[in-house]
Amino acid sequence: MSLRSYIIARILLTIPMIMLLLTFVFLVARVLPGDPAMLHFEKQVDPQTLLKFKQQLGLDKPIEVQYVDYLMGLLKGDFGKSMQDFSPVSQQIFSAFPATLELAICATIIMILVGVVLGVQASRSYNSLSDHSIRVFGTTSYAVPVFFLGEVMIMIFAIYLRILPAGDRIYAGMTPTGLVLGDLQLKTGLFVIDSILEGSPEKLAMSLRYLFLPSLTLGTALCGIFIRLTRGNMLETLQLDFVTAARARGLKERTVVYSYGLRNAFLPILTMMGLQLAALLAGAVLTETTFSWPGLGRYLVDRITFRDYTAIQGVVVFFGLVVAMVSLVVDIIYAYLDPRIRF
Amino acid sequence: MALLDIESLIVEYHTLKANVKAVDRVSLSMEKGRTLGLVGESGSGKSTLGLSTVRLVPPPGKITGGHIALDGIDVVNCPENEIRQVRGKRVGYIFQDPMTSLNPVKRIGAHFVEMIRTHEPEVNEQDALKRAKQVLERLGILPERIYDFPHQFSGGMRQRVMIGLALALDPDLLIADEPTTSLDVIVEAQIIELLKELKESLKLTLILITHNIGIVAETADRVAVMYAGRIAELGGTEGLFEKPMHPYTQALMKSVPDITKKGQVLSWIPGAPPDLAEPPPGCLYHPRCPFAFDRCRKDEPFLLRHNDSEVACHLYDKR
Amino acid sequence: MNKDRQQGRIVVQFIPLLSSLRKRGLAGWVILAGAAIVTIIAIMTVASPWISPYDPIAINVGPLLSPPSSQFPLGTNHLGQDMLSRVYSGGAIMFQVAVLSVIVCLAIGVPIGLFASYTGGYTDKVASLVMDSIYAFPGLVLAIAIAAMLGPGVVNMALSIAVVYVPSYFRIIRSQVLTIKELPYVEAAHMMGAKGRATLFSYILPNVIPSIVAVATINFADAILTAAALTFVGLGLPVSTPDWGWDLTYGRRLLTSGAWWVITFPGAMVVLLALGFTLMGEGLSELFNPRLQR
Repeated sequence: MSLRSYIIARILLTIPMIMLLLTFVFLVARVLPGDPAMLHFEKQVDPQTLLKFKQQLGLDKPIEVQYVDYLMGLLKGDFGKSMQDFSPVSQQIFSAFPATLELAICATIIMILVGVVLGVQASRSYNSLSDHSIRVFGTTSYAVPVFFLGEVMIMIFAIYLRILPAGDRIYAGMTPTGLVLGDLQLKTGLFVIDSILEGSPEKLAMSLRYLFLPSLTLGTALCGIFIRLTRGNMLETLQLDFVTAARARGLKERTVVYSYGLRNAFLPILTMMGLQLAALLAGAVLTETTFSWPGLGRYLVDRITFRDYTAIQGVVVFFGLVVAMVSLVVDIIYAYLDPRIRF
Repeated sequence: MALLDIESLIVEYHTLKANVKAVDRVSLSMEKGRTLGLVGESGSGKSTLGLSTVRLVPPPGKITGGHIALDGIDVVNCPENEIRQVRGKRVGYIFQDPMTSLNPVKRIGAHFVEMIRTHEPEVNEQDALKRAKQVLERLGILPERIYDFPHQFSGGMRQRVMIGLALALDPDLLIADEPTTSLDVIVEAQIIELLKELKESLKLTLILITHNIGIVAETADRVAVMYAGRIAELGGTEGLFEKPMHPYTQALMKSVPDITKKGQVLSWIPGAPPDLAEPPPGCLYHPRCPFAFDRCRKDEPFLLRHNDSEVACHLYDKR
Repeated sequence: MNKDRQQGRIVVQFIPLLSSLRKRGLAGWVILAGAAIVTIIAIMTVASPWISPYDPIAINVGPLLSPPSSQFPLGTNHLGQDMLSRVYSGGAIMFQVAVLSVIVCLAIGVPIGLFASYTGGYTDKVASLVMDSIYAFPGLVLAIAIAAMLGPGVVNMALSIAVVYVPSYFRIIRSQVLTIKELPYVEAAHMMGAKGRATLFSYILPNVIPSIVAVATINFADAILTAAALTFVGLGLPVSTPDWGWDLTYGRRLLTSGAWWVITFPGAMVVLLALGFTLMGEGLSELFNPRLQR
């Protein structure tokens, strides 16, 4: 199968999945609770106010019409209106998204770094104490709830040692502005990058300080599977002939392990990264809440507190779309990198 | 003084189920310039023996007894760094399958450069590449091909590359583990010729590990026959082929078809090699041996001098 | 029947099981360890009404927010509740939610999985598509959405979790069924005239059960973690029920005042319980699909 046909087939597959996803979320958000508007008001509310409320949000129309409006709206980038103040949810989503993105990227880096390094170490000392300890660590990290780990981190680093902040993303007023040339402002929303663009080392240092604990928490919580995967792949690869042959040529052990072993075992790790995206986002929700990190996850949890069901729906849809899109892109990249996957 | 001296070597594989002795009290020595053919079936322990000379027995295997002295170095006990320097520089190793023995993502030239610069860090990349080209030319490969990847070579060419890598640093000892098994007969003949020629011109000491007694007859001046981790017979090539003493050696000779003899029926050795996890008592070969008698089932035979060779068989033990 | 004889019988049946697990080497030990952990915690939870020194939901039984002491070995929280009692009884909710969600998953996932993959064709394709869509979605987010819409309560929590994990069961059953379906002895059974449903139940199902058990055990672990997470984001139960998840949630606010004991002990319990199930699940998977040893 050529790359082009694979891409087409993959896109064709994504479309029904997205439709299913959107429909599913719609059913959950509009049909399941009965009347989301009534659910929003804890105490009794008079029918007049209720009706006006529903009209504002388009919840008074028949369910089929609501469904079509919902789909059409999404095509235009409209994720609904908040029940709290009728503001467009998309606005909130797009302003909160960069924070989550930055957290996700950093957590991924830590996750891969910790996972791969520990996995390689475990494979090199097969069946030794360090091998078993690393494996135990990997399994246990799976059983620890992310938010508990975050709380422990806060306890140790922020409260007892006082060397790192306990929450938030940056000190008020220190938000990096990105590159400012006269009227033009180039901002990515990712504070690390923006502070570099701005050329401010203090802001860079500060952004990293706030970013460190949340990403470390999220990365460590998810690294377990990478430890196992790397260890397994390395154990297999290190048994292969060309590794023995390399050793027979007198090459240093470190060269053999990394240049011969890891180089060839790395592709499945890359694949697993793509598969972990969903877990990463789920973990981000909890991490953001723990560290008061102003991302999409915390926005979602806030909306729950306010019983803002339309906003919840919008955020959930956004999550789903992000996962679907990123999976699609990732699959295509892998197909490009490794022709065997296309078959 | 012998270049390589192996004394009562024991190599064991520890598995959850049992302890398998892949090499059981084997003693051998190699004089400089000689060629030894190490013959045996799959599982006889010959490859393990070869790997142990450079301490590369893969886990869960371990050298658990005996000594190996390589030009004065205690291979079994010396520090890791010392044995690492020996590999590639003093001992060249050729593996069976050249496709899986070369790093598929590295160019041929890079293989050479990496090895040369590991052992001689003062050599820069240019010079290392130059040497690589010289080596390849010597082996009949166009020097421009150092920029190619392993999969771009044919089987025979890849094996030449392997030989080139093994000899690039002018080792004293060359160990070839089934160098032609994965090649077709014509290429096999070429490679054997090449090995013979290199052996002469470079005055190599060669250990040729194989199950093909034909090529051993051509190249080796001494032959060691291994069975189930032990040496069954050890002697000069001519003598061994003319008058094999150990029943196993005899059976091996008989199983090679001779096109000059008409109407020959293919012979084979009945039975199968023993399960080393639960070896039979006495002589390991006795279940398959047509000459086995009582003592064979009880006592283990040891290598004894008989004429000019050594045999481990009770038939020749006049005690 | 005599109670002692009954109990004796259970023990007698247990012993061969234990010894057979021991023979399986490392995987067997792992399963035993996990099962031991889970059993101990379960016993502790069930026995909590008798072993708790104080009523876990009674407030002001001690000074507010006091650190561990001889009178209150695990300290008290901001409402003056005894943490030890809360730790003893906080697992009840976890177990209930986990068991309920696993039952729902089995009730929904197994029949759909069996039926769709056995029937094949359109049914299979559609079912796979639906299941894959759910599976690809971040589980917690979906659970949050459903739980938010359904409201608080043990049953609702269990249902939210169940929906998220049904696809896991579906997938494993499907992959097993597809393999077994093609095996010669199933074909042979067909040729001898066995009808569809008969093959399904007598041939395929027994072979699928080991994998289901393995998935279910890991599902328990996930259910517990998800239940804790749902509580953490505010979709848990009414405050009065003792619940480790709730302690973890509220305890966070108390960290700044240095009160580390409110979250540490319930948190450790959650980790232990999840670990117990995870060990069992991993051991079982290893047992049924052993990875290639050297």
